[in-house]
Amino acid sequence: MDARTHAAYVERAMWQIGKGGLRFWGSVAMLGAIVLFGLYAYVYQLQRGLGVTGLNQKVSWGFYIINCVFFIGISYGGAMTSAILRLTGAKWRAPLTRLAEATAVAALLVGAVYPIIDLGRPDRVVNLLLYPQVGSPVIWDVVAISTYMVASVVFLYLPLIPDVALARDTLGASAGRVRRTLWRVLALGWRGTAGQQRALRRGIGIMAVLIIPLAVSVHSVLAWLFAVTVRGGWHSTIFAPIFVLAAMLSGVAAVILVVAALRAAYGLHAFITAKHFRYLSYLLIALGLGYVYFMISEYLTEGYVAEETSGAVLEALFVGQYATTFWTFAIAGLALPLVLAALPGRFAIARACVASTLIVGGMWLKRFLIVVPGMADPIMPWDWGRYSPTWVEIAITVGSAAAIPLLLIVFFRFFPVMSVHEMEEVEAPAEQAHAPAPAFAGGAE
Amino acid sequence: MTEGITRRRLLGGIGAAGAALVPIHFDPAGLAAEPKAERQWAMVIDMRRCDGCGDCTKACQTTHELPKDFEWIKVFEVKDTQGQKYFMPRPCMQCENAPCLRVCPTGATFRDDEGVVLVDQVDKCIGCRMCMAACPYGARYFNYAEPPKPKNAFAKPTPEFPVPQIKGTVGKCMFCVHKTDHGELPACVEACGMRALWIGDLVEDVATNGEDTVRLSQFLKESDAFRYKEELGTGPRVYYIAGHGQHLEY
Repeated sequence: MDARTHAAYVERAMWQIGKGGLRFWGSVAMLGAIVLFGLYAYVYQLQRGLGVTGLNQKVSWGFYIINCVFFIGISYGGAMTSAILRLTGAKWRAPLTRLAEATAVAALLVGAVYPIIDLGRPDRVVNLLLYPQVGSPVIWDVVAISTYMVASVVFLYLPLIPDVALARDTLGASAGRVRRTLWRVLALGWRGTAGQQRALRRGIGIMAVLIIPLAVSVHSVLAWLFAVTVRGGWHSTIFAPIFVLAAMLSGVAAVILVVAALRAAYGLHAFITAKHFRYLSYLLIALGLGYVYFMISEYLTEGYVAEETSGAVLEALFVGQYATTFWTFAIAGLALPLVLAALPGRFAIARACVASTLIVGGMWLKRFLIVVPGMADPIMPWDWGRYSPTWVEIAITVGSAAAIPLLLIVFFRFFPVMSVHEMEEVEAPAEQAHAPAPAFAGGAE
Repeated sequence: MTEGITRRRLLGGIGAAGAALVPIHFDPAGLAAEPKAERQWAMVIDMRRCDGCGDCTKACQTTHELPKDFEWIKVFEVKDTQGQKYFMPRPCMQCENAPCLRVCPTGATFRDDEGVVLVDQVDKCIGCRMCMAACPYGARYFNYAEPPKPKNAFAKPTPEFPVPQIKGTVGKCMFCVHKTDHGELPACVEACGMRALWIGDLVEDVATNGEDTVRLSQFLKESDAFRYKEELGTGPRVYYIAGHGQHLEY
């Protein structure tokens, strides 16, 4: 990268900071309205209780638990994308890591609220801390999600420090008081000395390693919420790994969508190119194929024996009342997008976006197909449950989904959208980038 | 060898210190101390006699002032392999190794001394409904709506007499411990005109349906009683007697 491109990169990374204008405020107003309506629906539910949902005595978990798994899954994919690219020293990662890490935090903030939205007595949520029963998977979730929450915020923040300092130094003079103070405080006195660089590299390296087992644990624990019960289709040993893979798959797809949207919004075309989408698509395909394999393994072993409970659920999925949803997911939400992403040739970006949209939608459907039939499953073998969500659940779901882009565009009004420091790191002369994983360079010295 | 301190002792010591410091008690199955009380309640359901009238459900709902969709004892109509129908009332099985108790995050679900699984709806239940997902018998009910106004306006619910129910929490059959404590029959047993329901005590080895009294172990043996989904290892305290060549599909 020559000096001109370098300057252009820095300019583009910070171009959107403080930019108001019709586009920004229009987006904020639109997304904000959707979020507010979701909030209104939640207040409505708070006042009247869970009776306003479609939940009932048989199907007592529905949209909220689905959304919890779905959004935390997306968060996980964001964090993993960034961690994997860092650890493997992929040089093309520079303009993407910030977007992936920010997506991880935004999706997690949304997903982590859902267990509370789902509570019958949210006013007693503190009981989880007062009387925790460590044998309960719910407590495992509380511990895992809160640990992961801290880790993903740190994982976003560490690489941000030098960029915040850059904003402080270059834009500080023209920015308002809020931004100036924010940058000064968050930059932690960063001046880019050798010692600081070393410490930062080490910190990022540790976080990139740490975030993987943390994210794996979060999604495994979420899976055990289901797998430790005796319900059909839930009580399965493959549940934790398949949840982890599903999370990564949906997360990478979500990252592709975020990257595409913000690339267009902030004019990052020169730096985020078809190449990036192609590489991310490879990741998507690898994860997708892994997921297909796990799924076949799960359904084959369960279906071949067709024990009464899981047999009934599988039948409902393949040919019964959930067949339409299931095959929509399997074909339009999994097979088709994988083919689309794998095709060679032109329109890589468009194909990646369409494939990702289908995968994100498909993975939501898959979570529906895990939670609802498992609940409706006649554990007393004679009656199936029924579930159809009300406007409250739909409004909260849509509102929470809109909160993610809202959080992102507000965040990037204050912070560089592409990591400048990261770019300088991967562009650094060979003697500094000799280690296969630059993230570890600090530790190696 | 270092003097006297083996690794095991050291680890044990650390564990004990840790256990003393951490205010969490690890007793997932609630079985650390097997309840030792004068009575250990059990129920016998004689499906040879049940005619599916649903009086047990109604009596339960009246006693506990429950809404209509709360069937703490629910009567299922079942078709056997010969196409004959029979009825299977399902109360809470009061499992000795209760999955609902194990998954409860706040300890709201607990077993009393006499082996009955109760719920602290007053303070502890947060309404996460994990127990409903875990129960293999579908015996738990969530209060989606405000329960009916209690007849006694000053009624204060307790785990032993959860009337009125509390909105946003989970309730279930509790073998009417508020009645058995005073030597009365559970509401369902009392109401059953067919005398198909028996309440028994495993310690004294007796059971009664309100009319007859039998030696429980002998009665179970002679009538080939079985426990529903016993193979799950839940240790249910409810015994079923099949009849008329009826057999459960499960």
